Amino acid sequence: MKENINIMIVGVGGQGSLLASKLLGRIFLDNDYDVKVSEVHGMSQRGGSVLTYVRVGEKVYSPIIDKGEADYVISFEILEAARAMDFLKADGRIITNLQEINPMPVVAGKTVYPENLAQKIKDEGFSIDAFDALSLAEEAGSSKAVNLVLMGRLSKHFDFPEDEWIGTIEKSVPEKFLEMNKRAFLLGRNS
Amino acid sequence: MKKLMLGNEAAARGLYEAGCTFVSSYPGTPSTEITEFAAKYDEIYAEWAPNEKVAMESAFGACLTGQRTFCGMKHVGLNVAADPLFTISYTGVNGGMIIGVADDPGMHSSQNEQDSRHYARASKIPMVEPSDSREAIEFVKLAYDISEKYDTPVLLKMCTRVSHSQSVVEPSDRVEIEPKPYKKDGDKYIMMPRQAKLRHPLVEQRTLDLMKLSETSPLNRIEEGKEKATAIITDSTSYQYVKEILGDRFDILKLGLIWPVSDKLLKDFTEGRENVVIVEELDGFIEGMVKALGIECVGKEFFSPIDELSQNKVREGLSKALNEPKLAPEIPQKERDYDIPARPPVMCAGCPHRGLFYVLSKLKLNVIGDIGCYTLGAIEPLNAIDTTICMGASVSGIHGFNKASSFTEDKKEAKTVAVIGDSTFMHSGITGLVNIAYNDSNSTVIILDNSITGMTGHQQNPTTGMNLKGDPALAVDLEALCHAVGIASVRVVDPYDLKETEKVIKEELAKPCSSVVISRRPCALLKYVKHKPAIVPDKDKCTKCRMCMKIGCPAIMVTDKGVEIDHTLCVGCGVCTELCHFGALGEKEASK
Repeated sequence: MKENINIMIVGVGGQGSLLASKLLGRIFLDNDYDVKVSEVHGMSQRGGSVLTYVRVGEKVYSPIIDKGEADYVISFEILEAARAMDFLKADGRIITNLQEINPMPVVAGKTVYPENLAQKIKDEGFSIDAFDALSLAEEAGSSKAVNLVLMGRLSKHFDFPEDEWIGTIEKSVPEKFLEMNKRAFLLGRNS
Repeated sequence: MKKLMLGNEAAARGLYEAGCTFVSSYPGTPSTEITEFAAKYDEIYAEWAPNEKVAMESAFGACLTGQRTFCGMKHVGLNVAADPLFTISYTGVNGGMIIGVADDPGMHSSQNEQDSRHYARASKIPMVEPSDSREAIEFVKLAYDISEKYDTPVLLKMCTRVSHSQSVVEPSDRVEIEPKPYKKDGDKYIMMPRQAKLRHPLVEQRTLDLMKLSETSPLNRIEEGKEKATAIITDSTSYQYVKEILGDRFDILKLGLIWPVSDKLLKDFTEGRENVVIVEELDGFIEGMVKALGIECVGKEFFSPIDELSQNKVREGLSKALNEPKLAPEIPQKERDYDIPARPPVMCAGCPHRGLFYVLSKLKLNVIGDIGCYTLGAIEPLNAIDTTICMGASVSGIHGFNKASSFTEDKKEAKTVAVIGDSTFMHSGITGLVNIAYNDSNSTVIILDNSITGMTGHQQNPTTGMNLKGDPALAVDLEALCHAVGIASVRVVDPYDLKETEKVIKEELAKPCSSVVISRRPCALLKYVKHKPAIVPDKDKCTKCRMCMKIGCPAIMVTDKGVEIDHTLCVGCGVCTELCHFGALGEKEASK
């Protein structure tokens, strides 16, 4: 029996969670897992909070992840990581970029962006790996490669060998951006 | 070969494999990608129609040639196409015809939460309802077989979680269908009273025949469970939640042909059970069919008709319905001494709608709104929209508002405008504009022409000069069209130019005649739009007056240290530059 793993990818509309879920879906499918991936399209994409659910296992029914069910939260932005906390299992893990992007109520001065979110998440008993994925992405060649840096980081928690991940990236990314994405993945994995 | 496929892509794959040759649709979340993926197959002709009614009538016309056809729309789009729907139920088809409709429970991107299954019963058209991508492919093929065998269009009902979830499929090859030659047949295709009276009995008989089919069709299946006292009836994503929670504990009747369903199927399945539990999203549609047979069951008292379901909601409902508290363990609610601020969607940095809505907000106008990205003009800090109903409602709404106001208001000062996007105007704004001209209301309509259908993810439309396949196409001349229907004054403004936009709107409102202002500037996200460098703020000049905050740009922030610009978001549109009295946001251009 293959274990069930629930991975939530969260971020701000336009940050590019699609490629991350594509990679995860592909590598688990290639390893004979059942896979479901659920995305959000439409209005919320316009700079709002976006969620992608990736569920893998022997047999997956529901395409979504509900509160208390996620093994991993992968986050492009730390406020979104905090928002997703309630979705985590008690022993769930957050892997997050430290970047802060102000939502409109903060920009408009109606409320404040909470401070020290990484510590606040830790204080609730969750494992958290919060790091500057944006800098690593820029080091790899593009601020848009945060998704691959985060995937590299997540890959350490699974048994798939490195060359299998690289092979999956090669199948999923256009030639033009391949080297940069591979660099970003490896920076995330080995940092 | 096994593949992960989006539900909408799978529906398109089903069209391809079933030999479909003609697709006409109007975009609408969550249905849009069915048509976009269908357009990728060379064997399928696919187009965006100006609206869902046109799409459905085109697909019907195409099916008369004996070929397999499809039209796709979101739930509210089916309302627009309801007129042909109820009558093509009578005429039936020649080649197979499928009408794809995608509901949006939870309203991720919609203005209401209607349950389109009611349309199947109301129009007497059979409806198939897949619960994942594999079924989406299979059900499309079965739907075409039903369509041709029973001489009826077939509704394919998707929903957000089926349309926008990827699951595993095994694609197969396309089967080419030999078109059935078109034969003139007035008694079948001309729906005047005499002929329609001949057709209606056939529709009733067809429903009885389809009920019979529902007993044996692979669209419906009974999954045997270990315990027999309880029986579950479910459909669509609700089935997935039930399986997630109960596995193979109870017998499940999973309905894929959601209408019509035979009495015998429901009676036989529920016979001798202690509990019959209906799990379905939105309305109690199955529940109504079961209760009409006098069968005792529970449903909507445990599974709310409001919002989409989820496994936790279904867990909770099942736990109550079966009186098994341990099925739904309490999820501890954590108290936090800080708030996690909401992140609502916003107009993008550089969005051409922002400048226009700033002007409308500044002039304190009543704004009759419509459906599109610009509906975001309703939220803080612009707060510039008074009402939003449905596609096209702004142009008709302002006419009624202004006419009725003229009966009672002493002063004739016009202070109301309608706003509508280019695609929405093509969809259903034109007839409203004809009404303004014909019935002579002193109304000002603003067409926000951003050269694309924005909210649904950049689809071409009749004003953009390109078709669905990306080839050059005729572009409707908006100015000429407005003149042609009889609008006296038609002006064009650039919404980045706040002064000019304000001046023109004031002038048009002051005129004693109907007018259209076209606010023209392409969507900032379009690939061909060249962006200027990000604004470099001068904090020393900033007085923290927060004037620049009035436009709600996500790239601008004013802190204790002064104004800051997020250079990764800013596209240098210069709207904030125009607003700043102190030169802290770059140099104003001489012309402005």
